[in-house]
Amino acid sequence: MTTTTGTAADTTLEYRRPRGIVAMFHDGAIATWRNLVQLPRTPELVLFTLIQPVMFVLLFTYVFGGSIGQSLPPGLSYAQFLIPGIMVQTIVFGTSQTSVGLADDLQKGLVDRFRSLPIARSAVLTGRIAADTVRLSMVAVVLVLVGYAVGFRFEGGWFWGVAMIVGAVAFGFAMSWIMALIGLSVRDPETASTAGFVWLFPLTFVSSVFVPVYSMPGWLQPIARNNPVTLTANLLRELAIIGRPAGGTVLPVVLWIAGITAVFGPLAVSKYRRV
Amino acid sequence: MPIIEVEDLHKRFGQTQALAGVSLSVEPGTVLGLLGPNGAGKTTTVRVLATLLKPDSGRATVAGYDVVTQADEVRTVIGLTGQYAAVDEKLTGHENLWMVGRLLGMNKAQAHQRADELLERFRLSDAGDRQVRTYSGGMRRRVDLAVSLVGRPSVLFLDEPTTGLDPVSRFEMWDVTRELLADGTTVLLTTQYLEEADELADRIVVIDKGAVIAEGTADELKDRTGGRTLEVTLRHAADVDAALAAIAPSGGADAVRVDRDLHQLSVPVEQDTARAAGIVAQLTDAGIEIDDFSLQRPSLDDVFVALTGHAADGDADIDVDRSTGRRSRGPLPGGTDELLDTEDRPQR
Ligand SMILES: Nc1ncnc2c1ncn2[C@@H]1O[C@H](COP(=O)(O)OP(=O)(O)OP(=O)(O)O)[C@@H](O)[C@H]1O
Ligand SMILES: [Mg+2]
Repeated sequence: MTTTTGTAADTTLEYRRPRGIVAMFHDGAIATWRNLVQLPRTPELVLFTLIQPVMFVLLFTYVFGGSIGQSLPPGLSYAQFLIPGIMVQTIVFGTSQTSVGLADDLQKGLVDRFRSLPIARSAVLTGRIAADTVRLSMVAVVLVLVGYAVGFRFEGGWFWGVAMIVGAVAFGFAMSWIMALIGLSVRDPETASTAGFVWLFPLTFVSSVFVPVYSMPGWLQPIARNNPVTLTANLLRELAIIGRPAGGTVLPVVLWIAGITAVFGPLAVSKYRRV
Repeated sequence: MPIIEVEDLHKRFGQTQALAGVSLSVEPGTVLGLLGPNGAGKTTTVRVLATLLKPDSGRATVAGYDVVTQADEVRTVIGLTGQYAAVDEKLTGHENLWMVGRLLGMNKAQAHQRADELLERFRLSDAGDRQVRTYSGGMRRRVDLAVSLVGRPSVLFLDEPTTGLDPVSRFEMWDVTRELLADGTTVLLTTQYLEEADELADRIVVIDKGAVIAEGTADELKDRTGGRTLEVTLRHAADVDAALAAIAPSGGADAVRVDRDLHQLSVPVEQDTARAAGIVAQLTDAGIEIDDFSLQRPSLDDVFVALTGHAADGDADIDVDRSTGRRSRGPLPGGTDELLDTEDRPQR
């Protein structure tokens, strides 16, 4: 039987917690690690994360590609149109896992465990969002690879290609804060998965993700045109196809990302403080 | 000086007054058993002490630190093992322990060393590299307890550590808890089982509806509940009065409880087993046929009846099996000697 009262030789007795802002990063990084090592151990998440976007790309390209492709401007292939759109859509759907994960941590008592430790309060939240941002980046890369298989190309070069991925993930990051708030509010993973999911269908389908906005009924067009998903998808298309954004498309997206984060970040944090 | 001091805690959730003035104190190096039925406010008390919940009013200090205004300091001295195992199921046992070590500021090697140490101590070394989701209920509880010990807390909160465990896991949990106590850790343990408090705690505080209703050592409480009860089930309902007459000469007849539907008599006999045997003999001598008899130790319910004159509230999950008349609470038959004959086990 080992005892843990410890002796002077016991090296596990000498350690010091980091303080202040360093502690925030230190603890956030460990919480991120925790969420990331789980990824390969969660088959449903891998499926959701990787298989679904691949399936969507193949289905849309080969099933709808023919008819929708005809309504696109000449010279623009459907693959070229679709991949940036589907990247936004997949990432937006991927963020719903943030709400499920947080609700699960709350329900299983892990949040209590973390909150009873003398560590940075923010660790659970930042660890979740950071890990989910990494996950979303992986999704984006997978999508590009699948895209290349069906004819998508970064015509403006790889620099702008990377910029496109960064833009998509940044939008996902902002959306994650909304999802965090939902997860912390509903508290149980089943409800969280519904509450974090249903509203994403109108959000992503009433947009330019799958079809050009001008092919929609007139009354729907203003909504679709100002949908942040449309704005982001259009920006990503510019980055992928032309390279340097033509102008006017960057600012609205940056404002949306900053706005969503500025509103929902503090809301999620204050909700977390009170759970 | 007490290491835990709680003064007049109040906490309300909507319509529910979860705590209605709880006061208690715990001396360093001792175990306090917080005993109460479902909904009594045990978890709420623990959550306030573990800085997870702010009380509406009242004051609590742990190791001299105020749980509200000095929450960070409190967190450096406490360990919490909640009512439900709060470990990450997708991580291995080792990873769970390692993560907490790292969060507490250990370097990687220290955290590994500490994790191995605790796994060995809790007899989990073989399972250390398996994901916790493959663990049994008892193993989860143990790893959860291990996780709360990574930082060598001087005050440990154990919220119903054995509820839902089978007897074997329960005994294992008791054993590891006793080892902890040998280290001088102060423990606040909540439980619904008098046996458990009896087994582990130095002092017991009984709470009901958010208020303390009794306090003392296990023996003091048992004295107040009158010790053991002989329960006799007669074959024929018609014999009940004859049976009462038969045992009347041995005295204490007015303390006998009668359940005519079950043709059952409950006779308080304190610790006097000879008297119990005598009563059974008296009945047989009087020609009364007996279906069954048993010696019951006081259950939480008996404590409540003795202390408050009414049965514990929140006893919706106490099943009364009409065929045998046995009460059972969850997995532990509440008052029978079968599973937990603490009398025959060496005392601490
Ligand atoms: N977060 C909450 N919101 C609303 N009501 C709550 C909350 N937490 C506890 N309660 C209520 O407060 C009362 C005391 O609950 P508590 O969990 O402290 O009881 P307990 O003694 O731990 O019971 P158990 O043995 O069932 O664990 C109960 O009526 C419970 O329903
Ligand atoms: Mg409880």
